[in-house]
Amino acid sequence: MLKILKYSIYDLLRSRWSYVYFIFYLILGFVLLFLNNDINKAIITLLNIIIVLTPLIGTIFGVMYYYNSKEFTELLLAQPIKRSTIFMGQYLGVSISLTLSLVLGIGIPFVLYGLFKSAAIFDFGLLLVVGAFLNFIFVALAYNIALANENKIKGFGYAILVWLLLAVVYDGVFMILAIKFQEYPLDKFALISMMLNPIDLSRTLILLKLDISALLGYTGAVFKEFFGTSLGLFISLFVLFTWVLIPAWLINRKAGRKDF
Amino acid sequence: MPIFKKYRFLLIFAFGLYASVFSQSKIITVCATCEVKSIKDGVALAQDGDTIFIKKGTYKEHLITINKSVHIIGEDKPVLDGENNTESIFTVKATNFSISGLHFINVGMSYTKEIAGIFVSKSENFELKNNIFDHVFYAFIIQSSSYGVLKNNQIKGESKNETSSGNGVHMWKCDHMRIEQNNISGMRDGIYLEFVNKSHIYNNTSEHNIRYGLHFMFSNHNEYYQNEFKSNGAGVAVMFSKFIEMHHNTFHFNWGSASYGLLLKEIYDANIHDNVFEQNTIGINIDGCSRIDYQKNHFIRNGWALKFTGGCYVNTFEFNNFMHNAFDLSYNSRLNDNKFEANYWSEYNGYDIDKNGIGDVPFRPVKLFSYVVNNTPETLVLLRSLFVDIINFSEKVSPVFTPDNLKDNKPLMNPIDPIKD
Repeated sequence: MLKILKYSIYDLLRSRWSYVYFIFYLILGFVLLFLNNDINKAIITLLNIIIVLTPLIGTIFGVMYYYNSKEFTELLLAQPIKRSTIFMGQYLGVSISLTLSLVLGIGIPFVLYGLFKSAAIFDFGLLLVVGAFLNFIFVALAYNIALANENKIKGFGYAILVWLLLAVVYDGVFMILAIKFQEYPLDKFALISMMLNPIDLSRTLILLKLDISALLGYTGAVFKEFFGTSLGLFISLFVLFTWVLIPAWLINRKAGRKDF
Repeated sequence: MPIFKKYRFLLIFAFGLYASVFSQSKIITVCATCEVKSIKDGVALAQDGDTIFIKKGTYKEHLITINKSVHIIGEDKPVLDGENNTESIFTVKATNFSISGLHFINVGMSYTKEIAGIFVSKSENFELKNNIFDHVFYAFIIQSSSYGVLKNNQIKGESKNETSSGNGVHMWKCDHMRIEQNNISGMRDGIYLEFVNKSHIYNNTSEHNIRYGLHFMFSNHNEYYQNEFKSNGAGVAVMFSKFIEMHHNTFHFNWGSASYGLLLKEIYDANIHDNVFEQNTIGINIDGCSRIDYQKNHFIRNGWALKFTGGCYVNTFEFNNFMHNAFDLSYNSRLNDNKFEANYWSEYNGYDIDKNGIGDVPFRPVKLFSYVVNNTPETLVLLRSLFVDIINFSEKVSPVFTPDNLKDNKPLMNPIDPIKD
């Protein structure tokens, strides 16, 4: 598996897209810090970008990589290698290279601007962890979609749809439900809804760490009580982890049964 | 001697003044080694117009009753230790008196009595200045008095919770008071005024109080200026008052889930101008206030710059700066009877073709999301979600839910300079 992982990463590095992605984040980080020297504010802006862009790029990249490397995959399948090894290797290769681009691209400017001297280092660390999780989750989802669809256009369409559902539509549905049932106590509902969607969960985790959380009022207090404890953080990370594990397991299952 | 004749009244008056000041009034000195060893004895010896000098040292006294016009002056801040007794250190009922230069410590706490460093009632024409208060339940309680000056006092408390703590300056039923240049921290309310009219509150600092920095109710015709209110538990509350002038104050860092820079409740005919509201959860919470002019205020990085609750009518907002607030305006109804004109909004992204400094397209300060949040506060967890940006944008293009006429028709392209004295 390690060998396939290595090949995948080399392949991605050769294709230059990782570099483009890395340079994009690098420029973004520098520009943000150049425009306002306040690391805390830069983190908020970055949060907005990471929770929208990382899933999108993860999904597109995952689908694209699967379709592009299909011939190589088929070649590998002819060898005496376990299917799970091949697909897990590829999946991890894509995810790790995207995560590396993210962590290095954003990490370098922040470190140069004195991240280690600022108190925001924990928030920043959380932001990167969350970004990494989002990468792993959405690449896994993308692989599932790509495995299920031979048609590239269909595959891309579904991938974007999944991203749209989780990033936008989910929040819309939540908002409509909250407005409809506003007479009822909603904070538990809000808490659970935010826990179930990885994008919302990531956003909430970071928002609560920033001082903007005071705006959330009573609901915020309920959230803080939950996420502020180590149990809450543990549960959140567990949910994110589940979001990685289940799609990854589905990849294995699907790849195992698929007739190539 | 015609000249003498002409000015003899003046001369007689001058002589009389001389006599009254120098020949009748005397100075009583109190110290550990003096003839008079306690302040109580000094006060007992004194007559109207006398001065009592208190030398450096520690005086363990309480319930010093003053009912004559005396001037008590501390030299090098002598310490008055109340030893946590449930009695005030000074209780005063007099006219023309002053207490200055003293250091009050350990005024006891009580759930049933109002105990203060200086307790004044039914008095007139007095000056309380340059005193220091440490560990006091209340520093000043002033009732049914008029023409008093509280100046340059330092009040420091270590309040833990609302029930077991007192206020820095507590006034009830007073008029023509001046509260100037005091420094108050760590009390329950920094300054609490109830039924206080025609008074000036000027250049005070009130910070880290567990409830309000300034709290006043039923107090009309007052002027508050150049005060600083910082990091108070709930900010500043102004309630049920008319004809208030508030200007050049700074409200900042009142940050918490139930905190605001300034709470206005049932305020009529006020002028609020040249204030700075920075980093408060809510800049101004406006509840049922009418006929108020807001001019040249600065709202910087607040959660909500303005939050309207209850019916607010005929308020005008002109030449204010709204910069980088999470929400500029939260509005509770779809009717608007308030005027927003010629303000600077940092979120405004219109254009100005004729370069006259006024944007050519109106600005709508109420976002759809803030409207939704107002009805269903739980949806606030969607803050900074992509979905919220999308609905805000669509509402901006064609307003459906937010009041149609709630807009600034002449938004400024550049911020108004802060005006500081």
